Amino acid sequence: MKKPDIIFRLSLRSVRLNLLRSVLAALGIVIGVVAIASIGMISANMTLSVAEELSATANVLVVKPDTGSGDSGFGRESESNDDEDDYLTNDQFNDIRKAAGSSYVYYLYSESDDIETGSTSGRATIYAMDDEAMKDILSLAEGSFPSTTSQVVVGPDFVERYDIEVGSKITIGDEDDEEGEVTVRVTGILEERGMSMDISSDNAIITAEKFFTGRYGGEDEYTQVNVVVDDINDIDAITESIDESLNRKDDEVQIQDSSRMLNTISSTLGTLTSFALAIAGISLLVAAVSIFNVMMMSVTERIREIGILRSIGTQKDEILRMFVYEAAIIGIVGAGIGAVLSLLIGYVVVFGMVGTTEYFFAWDSLANVPEGMIVGAVICVISGVYPAWRASNLDPIEALRAE
Amino acid sequence: MGSTPVIALENVRKIYPLPSGDVHALDGVSLAIEKGEFVAIMGSSGSGKSTLMNQIGCLDVPTEGTVRIEGQDIGQLSDYDLTALRRDSIGYIFQKFNLIPLLTAFENVEYPWLLRQRRYDDTGRVQHLLDQVGIDAALAAHRPSELSGGQQQRVAVARALVNEPAILLCDEPTGNLDSKTSTQIMEMLAALNHEGRTVIMVTHDAATAEYADRTILIQDGRIA
Ligand SMILES: Nc1ncnc2c1ncn2[C@@H]1O[C@H](COP(=O)(O)OP(=O)(O)OP(=O)(O)O)[C@@H](O)[C@H]1O
Ligand SMILES: [Mg+2]
Repeated sequence: MKKPDIIFRLSLRSVRLNLLRSVLAALGIVIGVVAIASIGMISANMTLSVAEELSATANVLVVKPDTGSGDSGFGRESESNDDEDDYLTNDQFNDIRKAAGSSYVYYLYSESDDIETGSTSGRATIYAMDDEAMKDILSLAEGSFPSTTSQVVVGPDFVERYDIEVGSKITIGDEDDEEGEVTVRVTGILEERGMSMDISSDNAIITAEKFFTGRYGGEDEYTQVNVVVDDINDIDAITESIDESLNRKDDEVQIQDSSRMLNTISSTLGTLTSFALAIAGISLLVAAVSIFNVMMMSVTERIREIGILRSIGTQKDEILRMFVYEAAIIGIVGAGIGAVLSLLIGYVVVFGMVGTTEYFFAWDSLANVPEGMIVGAVICVISGVYPAWRASNLDPIEALRAE
Repeated sequence: MGSTPVIALENVRKIYPLPSGDVHALDGVSLAIEKGEFVAIMGSSGSGKSTLMNQIGCLDVPTEGTVRIEGQDIGQLSDYDLTALRRDSIGYIFQKFNLIPLLTAFENVEYPWLLRQRRYDDTGRVQHLLDQVGIDAALAAHRPSELSGGQQQRVAVARALVNEPAILLCDEPTGNLDSKTSTQIMEMLAALNHEGRTVIMVTHDAATAEYADRTILIQDGRIA
């Protein structure tokens, strides 16, 4: 007959006999596994969805003034005004155009300002661009592009946030500001563009160029210049060509492409994820302590039984195994339940935080479940080792005398 | 002398070092027990009987002197070998029965067999042994906590026998039993001795000691 493991059977019985205690200890592991697996899945899903969205604009180069402050991160304007180079000039724009060959090149102004709609107020990004470029680059979901300076189009997220529609009025600015207050009318709503590095229109107001320069000044002082490359394979060559043309003497401009932005986002996400995982790790630490506690209780309660087992010929390593198995059973059951719950909870949380579960079943995302399980089960076994070692090293006679 | 004794103690001392002073639980005991003997050990409480049984039962090693079981000096053996000797050569029956509470009566008897053989018993020997001590299959499915003291001790006897040990050690096997049940257990031990097994038994009861071939009296850790 098959080799039985009587030692394993004893462990199983002990877990069953102290079911409530074991379940409570396993609960810690369940929570720990759910926490680390879910956080891992959120991070993986965010990275995957950002990568996907950015790939839509993978053929775009963003040229920004080199403010000398190194990498300006993604999309955030440099605040330093003492530097003359915080905008791009029309000459630079023309140089970029020349260097970029047949690519489509357009400039972009951007500002951030207070806004107010009928009921809500807040701050929003305001873009402006050449009328032609606006029609070429942006697409409308409804309405039309602005034909006068008092008309604007807005992104879909903006519409949702401020609860407006075509025809609504938006007040830009504050009466106390030097620029004063001005009211514009929404003539069109843009299609969703998702996250992209060239222009984040989903949550912005896009105005006509004249409105923008009239209000904020700075005609021909562009915030950035975008280069839409015909063939994605030329992207490096064009980057180099722009760099050679404008940065020969001084570093006048920074040229960014989506792979660089993806790297920045991934590393930021990575930092956040590590931080969140460290916090989730604390829940596993608590679980480890409770398993340790349960195992110590199990050993203490069963000292006499250990004495009996030893006195009738059970080896030290068999006693050790018995208690490690006990911890492992708790760990594996806990990790298993944790895995199932991670899938359910993870799915909901990913949907809530990332907005899509499109990538939920991708390997990068799902791999967090077995990883979380292994970590949980291993922590359980490790917590059981010391109590098991204590049990196996009890003196048989002393143990038999215990009451 | 002809054959070597199955158990031989030479000038055995067991000292328990305590803060209040060393306790000489065994103080120079020399003893030889031949194969097939039935020996009773008597003595007042605290005289060292259990300590002596623990030496013979390989649960402990002497502070001084030598203990030989089947010719092997147990002071020279590793914990692993001592444990294997307990499993294979010695059957221990305790005053408090000492069954494993997690296992049924049947499994308690099966347990040492599994430890030794590493496979399930397919010869029916476990139930056969239980039948011999008067535990039927229905009763054998019970946990120790569901059995009477006498039934538990019968199971303990069956467990002690399952690996066919050369030596049967009994530390007050009837100490917790009524006189009728005691007699049944003693009859069983006597029968086992007749089959050729060496039996060593600690007892406080002179009537119980009658079953033995000879009685050794212990006083203050010495043979009187
Ligand atoms: N682990 C120990 N630590 C310290 N002293 C011990 C230990 N075990 C036994 N002793 C002492 O050794 C002496 C002999 O004890 P032992 O248990 O052998 O007596 P016993 O003859 O079996 O007594 P009883 O008839 O009451 O069972 C006693 O004085 C006891 O206190
Ligand atoms: Mg005693």
